Amino acid sequence: MAIVTPLKTAAEQTLIQQFADSKAELPGGPAVRKLREDAFAGFEAKGLPHRRLESWRYTDLRALLREARPLADGAAVTEAVKARLAALKLDGLRLVLVDGVFAPDLSTLDDIPEGVSVQSLSEALVSQREGLSRVLSGPSVGADDTGLMLNTALMRDGVFVEIAEGRNLEQPIVIVSLASGHEERAVFHRSVVLAAQGSRATIVEVSEAAGEAAQQINGAIVFETGDESEIQHVRIVTRQAAASVQVQSLLATVGAQAKFDSFAFVARAGTLRQQHFVRFAGEHSEIGLRGVNLLRGSEHSDVTLIVDHEVPHGTSRELFKTIAGGESTGVFQGKVVVRPHAQKTDGSMKSNALLLNDGATMFNKPELEIFADDVVCGHGATVAQIDGDQLFYLMARGLPRPQAEALVLQAFAGEAAEFIGDENVRELVMHEVESWLQAREAASEVSTV
Amino acid sequence: MAAVQETIDQVKSIDVTEYKYGFVTELEVDKPAKGLTEDTVRYISARKNEPEWMLEWRLDAFRRWKTMTEPTWSRVNYPPIDYQDLYYYAAPKKGASPKSLDEVDPAILETYKKLGIPLREQEILAGVAPENRVAVDAVFDSVSVVTTFKKELAQAGVIFCSISEAIQEHPELVKKYLATVVPVTDNYFATLNSAVFTDGSFVYVPKGVRCPMELSTYFRINEQNTGQFERTLIIADEGAYVSYLEGCTAPKRDENQLHAAVVELIALDDAEIKYSTVQNWYPGDAEGKGGIYNFVTKRGDCRGKNSKISWTQVETGSAITWKYPSCILRGDGSRGEFYSIAVSNGAQQVDSGTKMLHLGKNTTSKIIAKGIAAGKSDSTYRGMVSAHRKATGARNFTNCDSLLIGDQCGAHTIPYIEAKTATAIFEHEATTSKIGEDQLFYCQQRGLSEEEAVALIVNGFVKEVLQQLPMEFAVEAQKLITISLEGSVG
Repeated sequence: MAIVTPLKTAAEQTLIQQFADSKAELPGGPAVRKLREDAFAGFEAKGLPHRRLESWRYTDLRALLREARPLADGAAVTEAVKARLAALKLDGLRLVLVDGVFAPDLSTLDDIPEGVSVQSLSEALVSQREGLSRVLSGPSVGADDTGLMLNTALMRDGVFVEIAEGRNLEQPIVIVSLASGHEERAVFHRSVVLAAQGSRATIVEVSEAAGEAAQQINGAIVFETGDESEIQHVRIVTRQAAASVQVQSLLATVGAQAKFDSFAFVARAGTLRQQHFVRFAGEHSEIGLRGVNLLRGSEHSDVTLIVDHEVPHGTSRELFKTIAGGESTGVFQGKVVVRPHAQKTDGSMKSNALLLNDGATMFNKPELEIFADDVVCGHGATVAQIDGDQLFYLMARGLPRPQAEALVLQAFAGEAAEFIGDENVRELVMHEVESWLQAREAASEVSTV
Repeated sequence: MAAVQETIDQVKSIDVTEYKYGFVTELEVDKPAKGLTEDTVRYISARKNEPEWMLEWRLDAFRRWKTMTEPTWSRVNYPPIDYQDLYYYAAPKKGASPKSLDEVDPAILETYKKLGIPLREQEILAGVAPENRVAVDAVFDSVSVVTTFKKELAQAGVIFCSISEAIQEHPELVKKYLATVVPVTDNYFATLNSAVFTDGSFVYVPKGVRCPMELSTYFRINEQNTGQFERTLIIADEGAYVSYLEGCTAPKRDENQLHAAVVELIALDDAEIKYSTVQNWYPGDAEGKGGIYNFVTKRGDCRGKNSKISWTQVETGSAITWKYPSCILRGDGSRGEFYSIAVSNGAQQVDSGTKMLHLGKNTTSKIIAKGIAAGKSDSTYRGMVSAHRKATGARNFTNCDSLLIGDQCGAHTIPYIEAKTATAIFEHEATTSKIGEDQLFYCQQRGLSEEEAVALIVNGFVKEVLQQLPMEFAVEAQKLITISLEGSVG
C-alpha cells in the first residue's frame, strides 16, 4: 500500500515556516547547511511520523503534535533552573544545556580532565573540521527517520566532546539538559562524543525540566568510538512536564574490539520516544543497550532501536524493563539486523514488561532480520503482572503488600540497572527507582491487600 | 552455529529442482476470455448456477475490489500482477458435475492416482483399516470433481461438499456464516476472492457430533495462465469436532500463477476444529522463474465458549507465500494453536505467521513456528498476539525458530505482542534451550540426546498430524520433522 501523505498539518506548516525563517541564522558552514537542507527536504516530503509508518506505529507524532511550539532561541536561566542544578548530586565534568543551548557559566569547565576537549555544538558546526557531516549523519539505519531529520535540520546547540587516545576517565562526563519550562517551547539540540582509540569513559545525560510548561524536545546524541575503546552512556530522563513530548535519538558507530553500552532510565517523562541507531563498524566488539521505563498516569514511553551488525564477530545485548501503571503505554520495538557477511554474530534481545493494573498497555515488537547463516540470535518478550508467588513469598515473611510489591518491582528494574558500570551513577538510578515507587505508594496506586 | 549436515541433506532432498508434481494433464477445458470484468464475475456465477443473492454478493465484492490497492507491506518482491492477463475460471469439459466417479474424465482420475490421492472409496476400504479412512474433496482448477464418503458422512449428520454445492443445497448455512470471519473487504486478495471464488470445501458438523473420519481437500492447479480462487468454510456447531487436511500441487511452468484463497473456520461452544495444510504448490525453479503466488487469508473464529481451533501447516511450495492463519479468540476459555514448518529453497519467498487475537476471558494460545531457509530464499515470520482490555487472564506462549542454510538466504522475525490487560501473560521465546527444561531432562534421562529430545518435544504434535495425512508427500513432510534445531537462530 502506498503511504499516503495527507495535507500538511498545522504543526507541519509551522515547522516549514520556522525552518524557512531560521535557516539563515542556524549555525553551520556550507556542508552543514546542505545537511540541514537535505534533512528538511526529507521531512517535508514525508511529514511528521505517524502510525501508518511501521517504525512509528505506536507513537503517532503527527497526532501528538497538534501545534508546533515556537523555537527556543536562548537559554532562560531562571531561579528554578539554578535550583534544579544545585539539587543534582552527581560528580564529574558537568556540561549544562538550558533549553538546548550550551551554558558555559553553569558548567564546570575549570575541571576539564586532561585529554578531553569540549566545545559547544554551534562552534563545532561552523568549524571546517573534516568528516563533520559523516559524524553528524550517524549510522545509515537511522537515515530515513523523520524525527531525526527534523533534529538535523533544526539543531541549534549542544556540546561537542572529544576524548583523546588512550584516556581513561575516572569521573563521568555529565551532560545536563534542562528545559527552563517557563514557556511552551520547541527545543532542538544535539551533542557529539568522539572517543578515540583505547579511551574509556562514562557519559551521563540527564534530561529534566525546571518548570511546568510543556516542552517539545527533539534531542540527539552521537557517538563515534574508536577501536578498543570502552564507552558507557547513561541517559536519565525524568521530572518532565506531563504534557511534554520528546524524541531522543542515540546514534552510535562502534569501532573494533570496543565496548559500547547505553542505559536509559525513564520516569515521569510525559510522552517520550527514544530511538537508538547503533552500528558495528569493527569486528569483535560488544554493544549493550538497556533501559528501565517506569510509567504512570497517561505517560507514554517508546523505545525503538536498530542494531546493525555490519561486520562479523559482533556481540549485542538488549534488555529493556517496563513497569506500566495507570493508563500508561509502554512500547518496545527492537530490530537486530545481521548483514550477509556478519558471520559469528551473537545477538540477544529481551523486553520484559509488568502491567500493574488494567488500563496500562504494552506493545512489544522484537524483530530479527538475519542474512548470515552462522550466527546465534535470540529474542524474547514477556508481558505479565507481578508474580503472585513472589508477592506471597515476601508477604509470608511479614512484609506488608506495598513493601513486597515495591521490592519485587525494584528487583525487576535492577536487573537492567545493574549493568551500569559507574557505581555512583547506578546508585543515582536506583534512587530514582525508589523515589518513583514511593511516589506511587503515596498516590495510593498500590493495592494494600 | 551453522546447520548440521543431516539437515542440509534433508532440505536438499526437497529442493525446488526436485519437485515431483510438476506434470501437466492434457484436458479439454472450458474457460471464459482472459481478464476480470463484471462479465467474468457473472460468467462464473452463471456457470455455477448460483442464486441471485450470491451473484449480487460477488458483484458487490468486485466493485469494492476495484477501489482497493494491492498491499506492499509484506517482505516479498514480485513484479506487478496483471489481473487482466489471467483466466479466472477453468473447468474440465468432459464429465462436468459427475454423478459418480465413473463419469469423471479418466485423465483426471489418472492425475490423482499419480499424486497418490485415493478417490475410489472401495480402494480406500480395501487398503487401509477403517479408522484411517479419509474423505476427500478433489478440486481441479476451478471445480470440485468429486467428494468421497458423502453418504456415510451424511448418516452422521456431517455435511461435506464443495462450496458450490453448499450454495445450492444449504443456502441458509452459507448465508449465515459466509464472510463472517473474513469480511468481504478484509484485504485486497480476500475481496478479489469474494468476487471470483470458484470452488473449495464446505463442512458443517452438527451439535455434539464428532466427525467420524478425517476430511480433506486436494487442490490441483492444472491449466495455464489460470488463477485459483478457493473458498473454504468450516463450521463446527456446539460440541462438535472435525479434523480437516488440505493439500495442494501444481505443474511446472515458467509463468507465475495466482492462488488467492479464503478459508474461514467457525467453532461454536465447546467445538474443536483442527486444520492441517501441506502446501506444496510449484515453487518455481532455482532462479525464481515460475511458481505459484500463494496469497491466502485463513482465519478461524472461536466464537463459542471453550472452543478450540488449531492450525498446522507444512509449507514447502509456492514461489511466494503470504499467509497468516489466525484465531479470533472470542469465546471465554477458547484456545488457539498454530504450528508451522516452512521450508524455503531456490528463490522462494515466505512471509507467514499467525495472529492470535484474545478477546474473551481466560483465552489461551500457543504458537510454534519453525522457518528453514536455504538457497537464495527469504523466510519471514510475522505474527501478532494481542489481548483486548476485557481479555482478562489471556495467556500466550510463542516460540519461533529459524534456520539458515547457506549465506545467500535470509530469515526474519517480526512479532507483535500487544497487551492491554494487566492479567495477560504473554511469553515470546526464541531460544531452543528454554523449551520445557523438565521435559528435556525427562527425555534425556531416557537416553535421548538433547537434540533428539528437543525435536521430540517441539515436533511431537506435528508428527501426530502428519502421520494421518493421506497424501504421498506426507513422507517428505515427515522427513522435515527430523530436521535438527541445531544452529537455529531466534
